[in-house]
Amino acid sequence: MNPAIALRDVRKSFGPTEIIRGLNLTVNRGERHAVIGPNGAGKSTMFHLISGRLQASSGVIELKGEDITGLRPYEINRRGLSRSFQITNIFPKLSVYENLRCAVLWSLGYRYAFWRFVDRLKDANERAEEVLEMIGLTARRDTPAGVLAYADQRALEIGVTIAGGADVIMLDEPTAGMSHAETEQAVALIRKVSEGRTLIMVEHDMGVVFGLADRISVLVYGQIIASDTPQAIRANPAVREAYLGEEAPA
Amino acid sequence: MTGMRYLLCFAAVAVALLIAPVVFPSSVAITTMSLMGVMIIFALSYNMLLGQTGLLSFGHAVYYGLAGFCAAHAMNIIAAGKLPVPLPVIPLVGAAAGLFFGVIFGAVSTRRAGTVFAMISLGLGELVAAFALVLHTFFGGEDGISTNRTKLLAFFGYKFGPQIQVYYLIAFWCFVCIVLMYALTRTPFGRMCNAVRDNPERVEFIGYSTQRVRFQAFVLSAMFAGVAGALAAINFELMNLQSIGAAASGQVLLMSFVGGAGHFAGPVIGAIFVTFLQVSLSDITKAWMLYFGLMFIFIVMYAPGGMAGWLALHWPLLRNGRIVRLLPAYALAAVPMLGLALGGVMLIELAHHMLVQAASDGPQLSIFGIPMNGASPWPWLAALVLFAGGAFGVRAAWPRVADAWGRALAAPGTTKVNS
Repeated sequence: MNPAIALRDVRKSFGPTEIIRGLNLTVNRGERHAVIGPNGAGKSTMFHLISGRLQASSGVIELKGEDITGLRPYEINRRGLSRSFQITNIFPKLSVYENLRCAVLWSLGYRYAFWRFVDRLKDANERAEEVLEMIGLTARRDTPAGVLAYADQRALEIGVTIAGGADVIMLDEPTAGMSHAETEQAVALIRKVSEGRTLIMVEHDMGVVFGLADRISVLVYGQIIASDTPQAIRANPAVREAYLGEEAPA
Repeated sequence: MTGMRYLLCFAAVAVALLIAPVVFPSSVAITTMSLMGVMIIFALSYNMLLGQTGLLSFGHAVYYGLAGFCAAHAMNIIAAGKLPVPLPVIPLVGAAAGLFFGVIFGAVSTRRAGTVFAMISLGLGELVAAFALVLHTFFGGEDGISTNRTKLLAFFGYKFGPQIQVYYLIAFWCFVCIVLMYALTRTPFGRMCNAVRDNPERVEFIGYSTQRVRFQAFVLSAMFAGVAGALAAINFELMNLQSIGAAASGQVLLMSFVGGAGHFAGPVIGAIFVTFLQVSLSDITKAWMLYFGLMFIFIVMYAPGGMAGWLALHWPLLRNGRIVRLLPAYALAAVPMLGLALGGVMLIELAHHMLVQAASDGPQLSIFGIPMNGASPWPWLAALVLFAGGAFGVRAAWPRVADAWGRALAAPGTTKVNS
């Protein structure tokens, strides 16, 4: 079977500065894959390239064997890839429930319909309720998303990402800025929502990374220097030198 | 709100439209209310862009005006050929025209949002206005295109000569358009418009093309503006270049904003209020445009949610009765506010009279029925004292209003507002 995501010699320059410098990455289907690397290594840029927010300068990006290089974000999303954002990126004036319902509409085939009432779309409402419960925001159902507490916004961010049922999920620093207790909850949520799907995640919290990931890729200066199981990454001398250093968990 | 409450709301609107001419039977009132009906449709169509989809257009009158001209021509053709088309279906001609031009201009302008969209809408508006000046056969030059609504086939015996019949025709279409435009907000498309307004970037990552959402909103909005334009043609029996230009586009923006773009009912309130002021203020003072400008600035600065936003702010307090806690503070602030307003009006009227009319009419004028001499310093001094004292008083009273708000909200049972 084709890998969920494959990047081949992908490059991205901003003006004269090359941020992604010949990146090769394979993410197998059904695995939880973490991408780690020092600040400025290009992790977020890589996410933007895969999800279509940025266009690669050269190289090929494949989603489930299909070339998605140069496609618009919505075209990539319709092919089954959904991502979250490092900085919360939700619909602030819409209620929590409305956020989730908007996120399920396309996948259920409602497109731009203006001849049916959204309240009467049984499947869309059921799916939105289901995700609402999964992310634990039932009590906040009718609150405008913009006034939620930070951790709740992060949960909604994940909810909006997974609501459409995409089978490849990309999470960009899902636990950034959270307290220890909030991080634990978020990890449990991520574990639950990535069940039976492919997960790619950028994360700085090494506890989260080594606790969740089946495989880890290390991105340094725009290149993947290693891509392996957590044990192998921990033992990899190049990785230790380039990134983990003394931060390496015992 | 539940479905039942929507039905009640719409029933109330229908009843209000039906009995309005009974309550206000004067011919001036019926003429004004006819215009209000047209403007309600126009402002609501504009708010599909501004309030629902987050698109600021400076050229919405293009679709209103072009559709109005198309409707006027259609009426003339139908009358000349004695075609079996009654007057009440003419708004459909306007809708088709609005839709047509919406598709053409929308394809150009909705590729981008934000400032680019606003600038393109302004450019298209100017383009069409300039084009209209040149194309005499269609736009009739300075005179415009006149038509006669009574020459069309009678509709169950009604010829729509008397204004009251036209009022009910406008009221019917107004009701239909309100219901349809409200229904649109409750569809998957309507919700995605809100999503595009809130955060266009994220919309692309849940499968939707923002450009397509904007385009569809634009086209539908132009279609409803077209209905309003056709009703204007029926109402005035005349379309001229003013209805297509930047001033008309600015007016519909003003109505939506003053009424409140954030609420569905906002533009309705705005259309009624602004039309009423236009009709009545222009009779009272020649400086009415200035008051309009000041009112707009005041709302933008102090009540950006418009009148509907202000009402919505008070609604929870009104429901649980805590509004009474605000009343003393409001009453206290109202006194200096009145002084501020009176002083401001006096200054404007004195200045306007002395600058514009004094040369021909002399320095005598009357404000609020009080005669005064604009050449004497006393009225100016009185106005200044009122204005400055009012401004000072408002500043002094404001902390009390804020304090009263704080206490009304902090009281148990109202936590929903600020939680």
